[in-house]
Amino acid sequence: MTIPNKKLFALCLVVLALLFMAQFVLSNYLVLALTRILILAIFAMGYNMLMGYTGLLSLGHAMFFAAGLYAAGLANYYGGVSLPIAFVIGILGGGVLAFVIGLLALRTQTVSFMIVTLMFAQVAYLLTLYFSNVTGGDQGLTLPTASRSFSLFGLAVDLTSPMVRFNIALTLFAVVLIGLFAVTQGPLGRLFVAVRENINRTEMLGFDTYRIRLLAFTISGAISGLAGALYGLMFGFIGSSFAEFRSSIEVLLFTLVGGPGTLLGPLVGTGVMTMLIDRLSGMTSAYLIVVGVLLIVINLWFPKGILGTIRDRWVPWLK
Amino acid sequence: MDIAPYLLLATLEGLVQASVLMLTALGLSLVFGVMRVVNVAHGEFYMLGAVGAWLCATLIPGHPAISFAVALIVAPLIVGLLAALADRAILQRINYNPEATIVSTIGISYIIQQLTLMTFGPDARAVDPPFYYNIRFPWFGYSSYKFFIIGVAVALVATLWLLMKHSKMGLLMRATQYDRETALNFGIPVGRVYSAVFAFGAMMAAVAGVLVVPNSQAHYLMGHDPLLMSFIVVIVGGLGSIPGTIAAAVLIGLSDGLLSVFFSPTLAKIASTLLVALVLVFKPQGLFGKAGRI
Amino acid sequence: MAEVILLKTRGLKRHFGGLKAVDGVDFTLRKGEIRAIIGPNGAGKSTFVSLLSGRIPPSEGTVEFDGQDVTALPAHRRVRLGIAYTFQITNIYPSMSVLENVAVAAQSRLRPSFLRKGASETEIEDAARAALAAVGLDDRLDEVAGVLAYGHQRLLEVAMGLALEPKLLILDEPTQGLSDSEIANFIEVVKRVAQSSTVLLIEHNMHVVMSLADRITVLERGRLLAEGSPAEIMNDKAVQAAYLGEPA
Repeated sequence: MTIPNKKLFALCLVVLALLFMAQFVLSNYLVLALTRILILAIFAMGYNMLMGYTGLLSLGHAMFFAAGLYAAGLANYYGGVSLPIAFVIGILGGGVLAFVIGLLALRTQTVSFMIVTLMFAQVAYLLTLYFSNVTGGDQGLTLPTASRSFSLFGLAVDLTSPMVRFNIALTLFAVVLIGLFAVTQGPLGRLFVAVRENINRTEMLGFDTYRIRLLAFTISGAISGLAGALYGLMFGFIGSSFAEFRSSIEVLLFTLVGGPGTLLGPLVGTGVMTMLIDRLSGMTSAYLIVVGVLLIVINLWFPKGILGTIRDRWVPWLK
Repeated sequence: MDIAPYLLLATLEGLVQASVLMLTALGLSLVFGVMRVVNVAHGEFYMLGAVGAWLCATLIPGHPAISFAVALIVAPLIVGLLAALADRAILQRINYNPEATIVSTIGISYIIQQLTLMTFGPDARAVDPPFYYNIRFPWFGYSSYKFFIIGVAVALVATLWLLMKHSKMGLLMRATQYDRETALNFGIPVGRVYSAVFAFGAMMAAVAGVLVVPNSQAHYLMGHDPLLMSFIVVIVGGLGSIPGTIAAAVLIGLSDGLLSVFFSPTLAKIASTLLVALVLVFKPQGLFGKAGRI
Repeated sequence: MAEVILLKTRGLKRHFGGLKAVDGVDFTLRKGEIRAIIGPNGAGKSTFVSLLSGRIPPSEGTVEFDGQDVTALPAHRRVRLGIAYTFQITNIYPSMSVLENVAVAAQSRLRPSFLRKGASETEIEDAARAALAAVGLDDRLDEVAGVLAYGHQRLLEVAMGLALEPKLLILDEPTQGLSDSEIANFIEVVKRVAQSSTVLLIEHNMHVVMSLADRITVLERGRLLAEGSPAEIMNDKAVQAAYLGEPA
């Protein structure tokens, strides 16, 4: 099998190698920060597949992240399900919810689609509050100490170790990155972009665009669920704050900053933004003001994001 | 005890809520109807109206009626000015692209919210009503101020209706709404009409905010619920349709008042949000016939 | 030898409110011919071919294609059965390269299901190149489609239609806005296409119609006014009154 866009593939490998090396150079604190960035970047990559490549702007992706988080976390907390299986349940949770919501929401387009996804996500968030005797609501649930380690294929894994957590996050990041490389740079990705660029033309070339969009939505939801499950299980905490509207906006912002429709954009955007938000929230409680300003500034002057601008100016294969 | 007094009380409360909702939702609907954009910062304009009323009450000495009267005029004007500025500085430059406008107004809403938090603070603050007279019913007394809210809202909506139908501004708005290109060709200053509409929509939210403050309290996050409720009203009533919006506001205001007597507020919110999402999916023209589409 | 019927409509109607855009058309198209549809503005030509392609559903009547009733099929299913449609207004993927534009079309034929395996990327790109060569755009494969000259964009559309290898290619006013030399080239392209596919052409330019069409159908106010060879149509009194009599 031939690999399309070999330069981009090589760049992905280089980035993965650099990330792997980072753990030997960075302090424990920064390794932890990078672990968080990698997980949120997985979320952003899932979002980007839908928003960047397929052109569907969802304002409710927090619900899929939360679906993964809760499906995995509750299975472990109440069902005592082992972590690897809980993780798979989380991915399924995100994917199944996305499939069902997609069936409905994809009957609408553009502005309606944004509002419908927002409303469904709001319902999901309110449900986590309404059933707070199960979910822990705002207070959340802390997973039991027994769930801080597991064994996989006879290998004991200790989740209290920052290095272990980092390498798990990096491994899954790499899997998702390479998987999305295969999806976006191949025939399926061509159809996603075709739907984004001209949905009527794509329909008149013989494609059922509803099914293409539903597939993109479901993959995107499953990846978001994966990120949510990973986040909850690795840090041993699940709470409804992850389902808030703000999470949906943050993942949108990560994607916008990095460059929608570029494979590595979400990593760049998540890295830049989480560093910035961490710095700012240390200084002021009103860090959201920066989020607000950035949303406007990017829209006005920087709609392609960091990698998108680089792609358009200098590096056409960066897509 | 008899249930009739409860129902009467719930109906009255529902009518008060419906009036405020009608004003707020009409502002959102007007902006959508003419400009074809969704303003997510609408709830923040409502909140600024309320905070403005509190500010007037603190700064202006004397009888609360004086500061309230000032607030009712000054707060909407300032909010309108702010909205016009936002329109000029941001929305006009992104050419009212529907998706970019939503993202930008989310940004505006964060900025307004957080600036209010930094200056006004995180606490909820009360404002005295302009008058205290209680109307006696056989079963309970009811604040005449709440009737005043209903009166002002109805008067304002009637004025809006007349303006849209009979004034030159109304004509310009309707022409622009009907066909932007043709309006441009006829020399209608579409850019200025848009700024005016955006400002006017914000002012309606601000008036609602001023009216509601003596009844509840001012808080920097108080814009959330009115935004959500306005969305619900505008979508159920048919996007951009004024009669539909009014009908939906009364229906939803009343039923919300009645429902919250019997159900938990969270459950009511879940049900209504879900309902609206499904209306948008299956009946995008709204429940009251055909109006604009998104 | 009996001629094979490719497409047949019965009582096809489409009303928009009170306007009868297409008002009960019985229409038959034989395999292999080049058919032109002409008629004054507002005669319902574009609506008629939109009904054939499935872009809009009919109010009444049936469409039969290749012996199968396709009236209830959505547009994308009809494309898969072999009805390709090029838009009246240029409708391409502006930010993609020329090759990628046609590759989407080629993929529709060679790899119809986006989940199951189909032809390889190499095969898809080869098919796209062949279609582009057929319209003479093979020297512009990597150019961004949106910046092509208008005439080239129209050819690109035809190439997208060709890459589908359709049984029926519907061209909605393909030469509108083209220069004379571009039109001459276009006529040659369509002649080549017609060797392997049936062509249905909506066209205002009578020169194009006369150089290409085997038969002509005239629509007026949503109804079929006349049908025949170019010579018959030129001499038809009703047609002259309704259409050709008008100053062009």
